[in-house]
This record gives sequence, C-alpha cells and structure tokens, in this order.
Amino acid sequence: MKRIFLTASLVALTAVPAFAARDQIRIVGSSTVYPFTTAVAEQFGKSSGMKTPVVESTGTGGGLKLFCAGVGEDTPDFANASRKIKKGEFEACAKNGVTEIVEIEIGFDGLSIAQAKNAPDVALTKQQVFQALAKMVPDKDGKLIPNPNKTWKDVDPSLPGVKIEVLGPPPTSGTRDSFAELVMEAGALKFPSLADLKKSDAKAFEAVWKTIRDDGAYVEAGENDNLIVQKLQANPNALGIFGFSSIEQNANTIKDVPIDGVKASYESIADRSYKVARPLFIYVKKQHIGTIPGMAEFIAEYTSEKAIGEDGYLAEKGLVTLPGEDAEKTRAVAKDLVVLKSEDVK
Amino acid sequence: MTELRSELIAKRYRAERRFRFYGATALAVTAAFLAVLLVSIVWQGLPAFLEKKIQLEVTVDPAAVDAANPVAGDYDKLLREGLRTLFPEASSRVLRKALNGLISTGGSDDLRSRVVADPSLIGKTLTVPALLSDDADLYLKGQQTGVTRAPGASAIQIAPLEGEEGFLITGDTPEKSPEALPGQLVQAGAVNLRITAAKPGYVTAEALTPMEPAMQQLAAGQWQLVTLSVPEQDRRISDVQALWLEKLKAEGRVETGFNWRFFTAGDSREAELAGVRGALVGSLLTVAVALAFALPLGVAAAIYLEQFAPKNRFTDLIEVNINNLAAVPSIIFGLLGLAVFLNFFGLPRSAPLVGGLVLALLVLPTIIIASRAALKAVPQSITEAALGVGASKQQAVFQHVLPLALPGIMTGTILGLARAFGETAPLLMIGMVAFIADIPSGFTSAATALPVQVFLWSDLPEAAFKSKTAAAIIVLLVVLFALNAAAIYLRKRFERRW
Repeated sequence: MKRIFLTASLVALTAVPAFAARDQIRIVGSSTVYPFTTAVAEQFGKSSGMKTPVVESTGTGGGLKLFCAGVGEDTPDFANASRKIKKGEFEACAKNGVTEIVEIEIGFDGLSIAQAKNAPDVALTKQQVFQALAKMVPDKDGKLIPNPNKTWKDVDPSLPGVKIEVLGPPPTSGTRDSFAELVMEAGALKFPSLADLKKSDAKAFEAVWKTIRDDGAYVEAGENDNLIVQKLQANPNALGIFGFSSIEQNANTIKDVPIDGVKASYESIADRSYKVARPLFIYVKKQHIGTIPGMAEFIAEYTSEKAIGEDGYLAEKGLVTLPGEDAEKTRAVAKDLVVLKSEDVK
Repeated sequence: MTELRSELIAKRYRAERRFRFYGATALAVTAAFLAVLLVSIVWQGLPAFLEKKIQLEVTVDPAAVDAANPVAGDYDKLLREGLRTLFPEASSRVLRKALNGLISTGGSDDLRSRVVADPSLIGKTLTVPALLSDDADLYLKGQQTGVTRAPGASAIQIAPLEGEEGFLITGDTPEKSPEALPGQLVQAGAVNLRITAAKPGYVTAEALTPMEPAMQQLAAGQWQLVTLSVPEQDRRISDVQALWLEKLKAEGRVETGFNWRFFTAGDSREAELAGVRGALVGSLLTVAVALAFALPLGVAAAIYLEQFAPKNRFTDLIEVNINNLAAVPSIIFGLLGLAVFLNFFGLPRSAPLVGGLVLALLVLPTIIIASRAALKAVPQSITEAALGVGASKQQAVFQHVLPLALPGIMTGTILGLARAFGETAPLLMIGMVAFIADIPSGFTSAATALPVQVFLWSDLPEAAFKSKTAAAIIVLLVVLFALNAAAIYLRKRFERRW
C-alpha cells in the first residue's frame, strides 16, 4: 500500500513539467463583453488554425487588475471592459511596465429597465428612477432626507400604486456602475438643489447619486441576467435592470420600460437617442504583439466588417454596432495600434 | 394510580406517534423538493439531448471543393445553395439571410467529413443532413411559439390589390369568404402570405416573399393556413422562416437525432454546437490531480495523527485546525491557490494542475477526518494481537489496521472528491472560469470544469443555452451519482463489523 501511495505522489510531482512558451491568447475581463469576445475567439480559432483564445469572465475591474499586473507570458494579452479604463488603473499599468495599451471601441451596450410581459405598461423618467432608488433624496426645500418613497405613486402620482421593487446587479458589477452614471446621476441633476451641490461639493454630490437605497426597494439579484428574467416573470410588479442583449433574446417573456420616453431598441441605441447606453472596449497589451502568436490576426478578426459590421455576427449576438465613421475610427486605431495616452484617461 | 399510569402511557404513545408523523413529514417534504428539482431540470434539459437536422440535396461543386485539398472547401456555401434550390422565392439579400439563418454555422460538418472520407463524391449530388441553427431548432421543438397548421378548408383566389401593395384573397363565391384572421399565414408552394385584414367577403394579405402579380386559383387542400401563437416581434424566428420550416417539416425533411455532439464537442458560442466534453475532461483531469495529492497526504496525516503522534497540546491544536479547515469557505482556497501556486510558484493560469492542487487542499480535511474515523473504528485488539506476535508498530498499522480501515477511507475520499467535483468558487480565482473551446490535452493546458460550464452557460442570453445548462447539470448529477454509488458499493462490499 505504501508503495502505491509513494508512486502516486511521485507521479503527481513529476507531472509539473517545464512550461513551453505560451501559444494561446489569453483574455480577461467584463462579463458583459464576454459573449462577444468569446464569439470572436471561436471564429478566430476556426478560421486561423491557431488555438482558440481563452476568455475569462472576471468582471471589468478584476480583468484590468490582471491585465495591468505586468508584461510577460503569465499576464493576459487583452482585457474586456464595459467602461473606459480609469486613471488609477492606467497608472497601475504604467507602474508595472504595461506602458503601451491600445483601446479599441467595439460597440455599445444599452442598459434597460424591463418588466414582465404581462405587467401593465409603465414609462419612467431618469428623475423618477433616481427618486425611487437613491438612498438620500431632496425634499421640497432641497434638503437631503432618507428616501421616503414606498410605492411608485409616492414618486409620481401618475405612476401605479405598487411597491417599488427593482432587481439589479450588485456593486461589483460594471453594469451597476454604468447604471449609476447614466441614470442616477442624470436623474439627480434634474433637482436644482443637487445641481447646486455638484458645483459646490462634487464629492458629496457623487455620494448622493452613487448610493443606492438598501431598505429592500433595490434587490441585488446577482450578475446573472437570466436569473432576473425568471424573477420578473414570477413577480409582475418588479422591475429589472439588464443589458440590452438580454431583453432582445427574451422578448417573449419581458418587455422594455421606456426611459424619458425612448424605448431601448437596436436603432435607438445606435443613433444615440436612447441615452442609457455605454461603449464597450477591448484593451490590447501592445508589448505582447510579436511575442504571443496570433494577436494581430485576432484584432483584425475582431474589427472586421464580418464581426462588428452592421450585419456582422456580433450584431446577431446582441451587440449594438458602431455607426459607419466610428467603425472606421476603430479600424484605424486597431490597424495602427495607436497607444492610449495618459491625457485621454479620466 | 393505574388510571394515571395508563394516561401517561397513552401520552407517551401519542408523543411517539407525533414524532413519527414529524419525521415522515420532513422526509416527504424533502422528497417533494428533490422531485420538483429533478423533474424541472430533466424537463428543461432533455430537449438539449436531441438535435434537429434537415435533409438537403447538395451538389458538391468542384469549384467550391478542391479535390486536392477537400478539407478547406466551402461546404457552408454548398449547403446554402442546396437550401436555396428548395426555396427559390428567397431572392432578395434579406430573405437569403433569413434562409441561411436556418442552418447552423457548423451545419456543414457532416458533409465535410463525408467528402473528405470519399473525395470521389466531388461533382456528385448527394443527400446530407444539415444541422439547424439554435433558433430553428427551438422552433421545431415547440419552444418558441405554439403552431397550428391546417389545410385550407375551401378554394381561394389570390389576386394583387389594385393601386396598392398587397394581395386580395377571396373565396370562389362571395358568400364563401376564406376564414382567416390578421396575423395568420397562408402558404402554397412558393407563395408565402400574411393576412393583414379580414373584411366581410374577403381578406387582404401581404407577400412575405416576392410574388408574381398574377391571379392564382388554389383548391381546398392545396394551401395551408398556419397560425403562430406568439407574435412575430416576440420570437427569434420570423414568419417567413416559420413558413419555410413548416414546409420542410411537411416534406419530411426534418429529422430528430440524438445530440452526440453534446458529448464530443467543446464549448461554443453557438448553442447547437456547444458540448460538455471539454468541461468533462477538465473536471476529470482536475479531480485526478486532486486525488493524487490529497489521498496520500490525507491518509498519511491520518495514520500519523491516529497511530503514532503523541497526544499533547500541539497535536490537539493541529486537530482543531483540521476540523476548522473543513469548514472554511471554498473561495478562500481559491485565493490561497492564486497567491501560492500562481504568484509564488508561477504555475500556469486555468490549468487543471493548479485546479487540482486547490481542490486537494479543499478535500484534505475531509479525507483526514474520514480516515481517522475509519482507523479508529478498527478494534484495538487487532493492533495488540499483531504487536503480541512480534510485529513492529509500523507493521501492525500498515499490514493489519490500514487494510481493514481502507473501505472507510475510500468512502470518505470519494465523498470528498464528489464535493470537489461540484466546486466552482475556488476555480474562479485561478482562471478556470473561462471560455475554452479546445478540449484540454494535458494537466497544464487551459481547461474549465463541469460546474463552471453550467455557471457560464446559465449567464448567456441565448434561449437555447437554457436547456444546454440543464443538460450539463444532468451530466454533472449523473457523474456525482456514479461517484456516490461507488462509495456505497465499496462500503458494502468491503465493510467489516465487529
């Protein structure tokens, strides 16, 4: 018996070989960009004859942290991001020697608020959403008070008298960050007192729109959109916050709630009349090009007409593609590998 | 006195009956939950084990397939041409795109393998099955919309409307107006119409595919009335695609087969092409590494602690810590793996080797505790008898106690591995939560694991991945069931009681 154990451990120990140079592209980052990058990776693997890139779903922040950890085979070559890289992340990158980053915009993702198909139609404004979900809201005199609104009717008499219940992603999610910036901040600015606060104390203003109430009206439902879809079907009074692609794919069970009178649709996001949309990016570690095989070809595949074009296969997967001249710009950046400068990062 | 006693006895009996009732209820509730869970998973997952294909006549054009290098041929184009000969009415670009959307992007695999195996087929016309796309597949499985298809009850005439776009459908006499409602679809040969309005005596319709602006007469039974219960904008298959699929079905071209691909393919972003092989192989490699590390270490630790170690404060401390370790959340082991194996030892990310090491740490406490219990259950008299005839302590342990404790150790190990098999959280930190299309080829190639595959698929927006997710759960459950059954078998087979 002893001998068996010994051989087993020996076999296990000798199974650690010397690692050959990496011949497979590694990508980390946003779970929102994941469905698109994986589709490109698969296409690339099929058509190039090279290994299919490994795409990890780590979230934008986690992905950029790995991406910025340094240069070398044990760090990723690309990062998916559902927002622009932040100043702090850019500096961390530079400190670790990742000085040449190329930012490639691949398209848009609309964020939408949705409800169950069988629920009565509602339409919301950003201001109403802010009033329903912020932790602190201004009262009549503009003084900040804890959010007193229990039902939508409390927010606005024209809305139905049902309990406020919104299912959405947790704070770790890039979707949540975008939702706060695109809806909550814009909604807060509609209040004159808060607009004044922004001028006098930007930090305090940020705390107002970034802090979502925690008394049960906003339910953190995890990062999984499909889960929220199922919960909405079970509870027609609840609203859910989603990426647009989920709405498109689940059109038989959920419907979109118009925000400021505009419904989220492929067209309204692409022509930017629907304001609750954000650009999606991939970041390229230029220093790896030439060392890791296939990177240039992968970028070419990603920015090709057949992928991010209007009729491309990513549009089929729910990506809202870039309009003509923006797509040209993206292709130019990708072709010349224009390095991101620190003054372009906020 | 006797009265009081009989009352007490009756009370005790009642208490016992109540207790039994509670026990039975608890069991029934648990069984009901389990049944609901299993039934819903199996119900959702079973369709994913079937796939729909259509039979197409395809001419292997020598221009598209080079006899010298048949692998590189454009077989998708051949399939699309085969499909277009069936539906010549798909003449515009948009309609052709809708038609091509019915077949999967990997639909030509069957054709390719046939031609590669037998290059003499080039230039010939053959009938091949083409895999349908996920949306067409879901439609034919009835998961997109309810469909009723009825042969036309009476004769109709179709004529172009005067002065505007559209067609007028009338019966052969004004009294016999065709019974059709707006939204219903009319199909006859290459004619694909959608009813736009129903008026007394006639209905108007729009053409979904280009039509000759001439009058057509159709007898009863020559045309089909198709009703789809879900409106067009709410489903992924358009009206004209549904009509084409209905026609293919009526012609007997649609066949249902077992989805072997699900077990032979790796991950894919096309639901109809995705399989669990990559994840299953990744899981097996990971668990093999975990077993190779955790079993010898765990058993050795258990033997030393149980048989050799002195009982003092230090070993007590170790014991308490082992028990604590068994209750540590699994994500912590992932963090440990990231810090130690990846950052310090520089092992590759996403590798089953690292996953196995992390899972080995995770199951180590379970194995140590189970092994110690098994060793403790061997009667002291066995050791004493061995020592009595002159065996050394080591001989007594390895030749007498350990073989008797082995069934218990095996059971504990298998249960520990079953837990490792179902873990996702520790794998997140070491990069195994990833899209990996290639089947892992070794302990250091990138791999993912079955439960991770379930997690990743459940997050994808495409409806077809829902049943794929459930199907992957079924595979996971079957593997876990087999592991647990093996544990029970080993216990029953080798267990000895004293």
